Amino acid sequence: MVKSTIPPMFQVVVDKEKCRKCKRCVMSCSYGALGFTDRVVPDDKNCVACHRCVAMCPENAIMINESPLAYRPHASWTVEHRQGILKQAETGGMLLTGMGNDKPYKIFWDHLVIDACQVTNPSIDPLREPMELRTYLGSKPDKLEFETDKNGQPSLKTQLTPNILLETPIVFAAMSFGSISLNAHRALARAAYESGILMNTGEGGLHKDLYKYGERAIVQVASGRFGVHQEYLNQGSVIEIKVGQGAKPGIGGHLPGEKINSEVSQTRMIPIGSDALSPAPHHDIYSIEDLRQLIYALKEATNYQKPVSVKVSAVHNIAAIASGIVRAGADIVTIDGFRGGTGAAPTIIRDNVGIPIEMALAAVDDRLRKEGIRNQASIIAAGSIRSSGDWVKALALGADAVVIGTAALIAMGCRVCQKCYMGKCTWGIATQNPQLTARLNPEVATERLKNLIRAWSLELKEILGLLGVNSIESLRGNRERLRAIGLTDSEANILGVKHAGE
Amino acid sequence: MPASKTKKTGKTITIDAKGVYYRELNHSIRTALKAGGKEFHLKNINGQRYIGDGLVGRDVRITIDGVPGNDLGAFMDGPTIVVNSNAQDGISNTMNDGKIIIHGDAGDVLGYGMRGGKLFVRGDVGYRVGIHMKEFKAKIPVIIAGGVAGDFLGEYMAGGILILLGEKKKNEMMVGDYLGTGMHGGVIYLKYSDDIKEDRLGKEVAVMELDDADNKVLDKLLKEYCQDFRMDYDKTRQQRFVKLKPVSHRPYGKLYAY
Repeated sequence: MVKSTIPPMFQVVVDKEKCRKCKRCVMSCSYGALGFTDRVVPDDKNCVACHRCVAMCPENAIMINESPLAYRPHASWTVEHRQGILKQAETGGMLLTGMGNDKPYKIFWDHLVIDACQVTNPSIDPLREPMELRTYLGSKPDKLEFETDKNGQPSLKTQLTPNILLETPIVFAAMSFGSISLNAHRALARAAYESGILMNTGEGGLHKDLYKYGERAIVQVASGRFGVHQEYLNQGSVIEIKVGQGAKPGIGGHLPGEKINSEVSQTRMIPIGSDALSPAPHHDIYSIEDLRQLIYALKEATNYQKPVSVKVSAVHNIAAIASGIVRAGADIVTIDGFRGGTGAAPTIIRDNVGIPIEMALAAVDDRLRKEGIRNQASIIAAGSIRSSGDWVKALALGADAVVIGTAALIAMGCRVCQKCYMGKCTWGIATQNPQLTARLNPEVATERLKNLIRAWSLELKEILGLLGVNSIESLRGNRERLRAIGLTDSEANILGVKHAGE
Repeated sequence: MPASKTKKTGKTITIDAKGVYYRELNHSIRTALKAGGKEFHLKNINGQRYIGDGLVGRDVRITIDGVPGNDLGAFMDGPTIVVNSNAQDGISNTMNDGKIIIHGDAGDVLGYGMRGGKLFVRGDVGYRVGIHMKEFKAKIPVIIAGGVAGDFLGEYMAGGILILLGEKKKNEMMVGDYLGTGMHGGVIYLKYSDDIKEDRLGKEVAVMELDDADNKVLDKLLKEYCQDFRMDYDKTRQQRFVKLKPVSHRPYGKLYAY
């Protein structure tokens, strides 16, 4: 193979004074960016800036810099474009990437601000007073009817459909076992179980060891139907039909055979080493009626005991699509915006297809309200919820709950190097290499995830307090408590918020 | 909505499904199953969906008079279903185990993601049959159809066995276009026919002659099939078959720049 002429993106600097040649950095690097002769020798072009060596070095002797190599500046022909073309000219392949869209599109969360109580409407101190964060996911009835027995005792006449309790309105993103390691899956499942939220299996099934956390899992059914069987469907508390993913709307998935080891093979129920292809469409879904057929096939299979969610990417006509999904009988609509993460997607698709979750969420909530069917399904918003600030804003725009994927990975140690598709994750998350997966201690990762949920929930309570409300229900869909800064009239209009000062 | 009339004679539970909504019907079946019922006879079935959906147990047997609706035996794990007439779309969707015998024709998207068990159709089958069938260890799903098949037969197939006996009327084509498109595992046995043309095949597959192992598989499966439909095994088996297999297990291996 001809040696690549693409210049490195990063520069690894090892401080010779500090380095004691313990080789921990060399052992920790799975990308081949550090070698050893009589000293540590970096190979810059392989460095992905994952920081594992930096974290492992006992002497703090390693520094990763962005490559100072100058390119003649060009506003149109950016370095990224030039490097991409060089790589494609060398390989003839589609450029791959991991994590969410990294392009500097306008992030609407950062243009929304939250109201607070002053003087006339007192705020509440959440440290003293109870704050209700509990949320129920699932279809709510149009109205409640009661009947009284002959002793005058009232009882509920309306038949309720199953709803799932979240202690705090957050769920972990769908990340399959296969795209991430069993230790990572285990930590997500256990943290969800212990925090009273939900994890999402993704489309790779649920490992039998994790069945004990199943009541806190959303079990996904995607076009490849990997690991989907009766027992699996019965393990979860919610079943999710995956139609689309924000990072790659309209395309399928492909877990290469190299990642199908014995455990992944058992869970997905496909042979070791075989490619796991998830076709772009479900081949039995070509219409809302077909979607309804699958929704009810799943409800029949689980005796109407579990809410069914349909997950779609945020695309242009998302409001109409969501309306169709609700009318098809879904109890939950999960919308994944175009900054949503992925283990692997063609860069060109991740960075150019779909719309932001803020716009999609506002449009869907609006449409379902106008059509009088908002109660029929919960809305879960996904696609780069980075902090409890984004979370609060999503709830105010109408979400019943939000999804966190990248944030959960970062909590487990991820440095967002965007190389998940390589299967070499030095943090033991997005890999199946046993030497690497052993680096992620599931107990520690569970605690870190629980800490994140706890910390954000505390912040959420503080914000509810300053808004002068004591329950999440008083914030949900309450766009009056948001104001826009630096948005155009039409942007603010779509989001349904006034400008600051109005 | 009339409730289904359930009657028990000996071991067999007979349900008259005339005018009964599918949800009611399937609820009756599940309830009777829970109470220990194993043998079911469903009468006057007319398009009710999801019969057998998610049912578990190898000793469960359901006989159906009339045409059942879509997703017959979806997610099913063990039972046997015999349909004494035609059937519709989505049969054996993501089925894990069991057997479905259709005495007439069947529709589109049969055996989607099917992982185990058998689907025997006496007559013709529609589009996208055997799509994304897969196999795992001892679980090797089998679909056999006696007649002709529509486009996209065995699309995305990742495992399992698909057999087309190809009985056809004059001027009928035995197979449609895009045969085995995207196939990366499993095998399709086809009655040899001029209809299997190069331009109908997916680019991932090739037509090959049978070897001894293939013949053994065909012997066994066709014997069972002929027994189920009371057909002449020798005559059926005598025909020339060819097989369709993927030329590469990694058709999607060289798409990306890493």
